[in-house]
Amino acid sequence: MEPMILPNIRDYHKIDVYESHGGYQMLRKALGMKPEEVTDEVKKSGLRGRGGACFPTGLKWTFMPKVTDKPKYICVNGDESEPGTFKDRQIFECNPHLLIEGTIIAAYAMGVKTCYLYVRGEYNKWIKMVQKAVDDAYAKGYIGENILGSGFSTNFYLHRGAGAYICGEESSLMNSLEGDRGYPRVKPPFPAQFGLWGCPTTINNVETISNVPLILKMGWEAYSKIGHPKHPGPILVGISGHVNKPGVYEVPTGELLTDLIYKHAGGVPDNKKIKAIIPGGSSTMIMRGEAIEGIGMDADSLKAAGSSVGTAGLIVMDEDTDLIKVITRITKFYYHESCGQCTPCREGTGWMLKLLKRFENHEARMEDIDLLLDVANNIEGNTICALGDAAAWPVQSMISRFRDEFEKRTMKSSPVVSGKLAAAG
Amino acid sequence: MLSEKSLARIEELKKHYPTPRAVVLEALWMWQDEHGWVSQEGMKYVGNLLGIPVHEVYGIVTFYTMYNRKPVGRHKLEVCTNVSCMLRNSEKIVKHLQDRLNIKVGETTPDNKFTLVEAECLGSCGTAPTMQVGDEYYENLDVATVDKILNELK
Repeated sequence: MEPMILPNIRDYHKIDVYESHGGYQMLRKALGMKPEEVTDEVKKSGLRGRGGACFPTGLKWTFMPKVTDKPKYICVNGDESEPGTFKDRQIFECNPHLLIEGTIIAAYAMGVKTCYLYVRGEYNKWIKMVQKAVDDAYAKGYIGENILGSGFSTNFYLHRGAGAYICGEESSLMNSLEGDRGYPRVKPPFPAQFGLWGCPTTINNVETISNVPLILKMGWEAYSKIGHPKHPGPILVGISGHVNKPGVYEVPTGELLTDLIYKHAGGVPDNKKIKAIIPGGSSTMIMRGEAIEGIGMDADSLKAAGSSVGTAGLIVMDEDTDLIKVITRITKFYYHESCGQCTPCREGTGWMLKLLKRFENHEARMEDIDLLLDVANNIEGNTICALGDAAAWPVQSMISRFRDEFEKRTMKSSPVVSGKLAAAG
Repeated sequence: MLSEKSLARIEELKKHYPTPRAVVLEALWMWQDEHGWVSQEGMKYVGNLLGIPVHEVYGIVTFYTMYNRKPVGRHKLEVCTNVSCMLRNSEKIVKHLQDRLNIKVGETTPDNKFTLVEAECLGSCGTAPTMQVGDEYYENLDVATVDKILNELK
């Protein structure tokens, strides 16, 4: 498949180059359609969100009220902070106009007059790149008043975060954008009813909304035939860890994990065996290396394999990897990033970290394995947002699939509570 | 105090939102850019400017990791140690920086040139290990490139 989100065209980030390859023609096309026809096209294409939850994008758009006396908003989620995920940054750098074009089309489809792009604070260099693209698009009349003489007007503003993983969670992102601590909100009400400043809001991931012009270009039917039928389209897969050629690869959904690792990313250094992979960013369930054969990078295949596609951030670990160290580091991250609102997550992530450090230091008791699992089970499903689940899943899956790794790290005689352990506990 | 330029920019940004409060993160960024860190004085100033009680500004500043709540060195070296960087030996980078600068993570060199911190995932997993200094990302690091970077940073 020829890459479409990240085409191999020199200087594609520049507006004149983008235009010379048909850029902004799909905006022109959309403005000639009825707004509901645009939404319908996206709905029929089968596009599902690329931010982790795989929710059908067109369906999400239909949740926005058609008639309302309140302003409506789009918020593009560029907070990209899930460990193992680095794809949206490529869009900011290489194809910002596709993102802008998709957003303005979405704004037209939903009757939105103000669009925000929330980007994590660390990406300031890329924020400046996207701002340049936005300025150029304003100057050419693709954003702003009376776009291309259609009578439709909308604005596009960038909003910089300040370092908080939780702000990638959509309701937290809205609170952050409004100028508050980024605490997630209780849902319902959902953003389409009560979003930014209590007004109807749609939040889409950067990659998701960048697919919209592609759908209009090839038509929903052709788009829906790319990749896996239940989760179609091109997908950006970020491959990191123990591979020879880490990076972002654009492939059709459903691409085999083994092809991604061996064909695209050049295999594992020194031809080592794969001990484990994490398919979709650090919160998705870890899989044993021998269990990836025949599994595709799409929502259904990975769900059936006991994990999920997440943000398609594929982390590869070779046979020499210390998985206890890996899970301890991942858990430390969720402990650090827990916003502290819900007790199970705030206390549970710290508790899990404490237990995992026992394993890391060979100080754990055998029963600590089940204690750890019990803590994880009591976080999952008991919090306002999915960060609690995101912290629990890696631990649960690590125990269920690599229990032997934990057993190897317990104290020799068990159960013995040494003075050292009692002090640590 | 914020510069005239920043104040003018804040007025411009206020037009992007229905409430001035939404500008708070950006105003705090401006304060940090001009003063190096966000002091209590800075929180009071930004609060007064946007009509936000100072205790709420404090709550905001402490929620986000990127605001410095004490002075830092001229260059803040933020080394990612999250899973993808860890798999590609970020620990070695941290150790080397500690040895070479003779400080521990969280500390600043006596000449106030460098502050060393560990960062959570910087979104640069394909070019791991990565270190952020200011807006710049230094990627695919090894000990030799780290030395080169330290020599180049003035």
